[in-house]
Amino acid sequence: MIAHAIVFYIFSLIAIISAIMVTVSKNTVNSVFFLILDFISISCLFIMIGAEFLGMIMLIVYVGAVAVLFLFVVMMLNVAQQKNEWFNSSGRSSHIPVGLLVSIIIFFELIIVIGGWKYKPDLLDSIAIEINTDLTNTQSLGSVIYTDYVHLFQLSGMVLLVAMIGAIVLTFRQRSGVKRQSYFKQISRDRKDGIELVDVENNKGVKIDA
Amino acid sequence: MLSIGLGHYLTLAAIIFTIGIVGIFLNRKNIIVILMSIELILLAVNINLVSFSIFINDLSGQVFTLFILTVAAAEAAIGLAIIVVYYRNSGTIRVEEIDRLKG
Repeated sequence: MIAHAIVFYIFSLIAIISAIMVTVSKNTVNSVFFLILDFISISCLFIMIGAEFLGMIMLIVYVGAVAVLFLFVVMMLNVAQQKNEWFNSSGRSSHIPVGLLVSIIIFFELIIVIGGWKYKPDLLDSIAIEINTDLTNTQSLGSVIYTDYVHLFQLSGMVLLVAMIGAIVLTFRQRSGVKRQSYFKQISRDRKDGIELVDVENNKGVKIDA
Repeated sequence: MLSIGLGHYLTLAAIIFTIGIVGIFLNRKNIIVILMSIELILLAVNINLVSFSIFINDLSGQVFTLFILTVAAAEAAIGLAIIVVYYRNSGTIRVEEIDRLKG
């Protein structure tokens, strides 16, 4: 029990500190690194409380894909030199006190809600899918996703497809002056466009590329 | 203090959520950091769902966390694509200089 508490406090402290560093660090590349650290420590917490599959998926999706995507964009756009000044000194900084006030109010609202919160007694009777301790976490998630939630699962696949197509369409750029292969032209040309038979006179030759 | 319950996880999620909101409000220079703050907020929501799912012994919270992960990945991809296109067209992604809409 004590070990559980110590591990929880260590990981959550790392998570909170790295979340703060994501927002305040001057260099955008450092922010991405701290985002990776944050995701890793939260996925360790997930694994610790028994949601192993989600912890591993978080590692794969966030650290493996999303963070690398962020890093790639940061390096491609060359914004690492643009300093990420938190409290800007350029005069128009009236949003900072209002932003801090709203954030503090949101935080205390969340804390008040958590502090005064109790289970409703009939909540425990209305459990949709009870966790079966005989099966592993991955097995039980799989048996639910492919049966009860199969439509949502298909829809999330569609979301990913739309995101993929959208990203390709948004960043696609047709440059002028670049020679490309055109399949339609290639397929639809026939013999008389491509080949010309000429009688070549002796010692004259033919002029190609006319 | 030493027995970790649901409240500890919910407090952690609330802190990370608030840090994400502070990042959105106070960052005026770099729009990529705003996208990262949105990722932090989604992470806090995921912590809430998973800890409730574990502590009331109901699996559906973890299923929904999986869907939130999907949506977050799609959102990051689309957002970064939009940022790349904007940078290509206007040469800047500083939040202060993105004022086409005069907002």
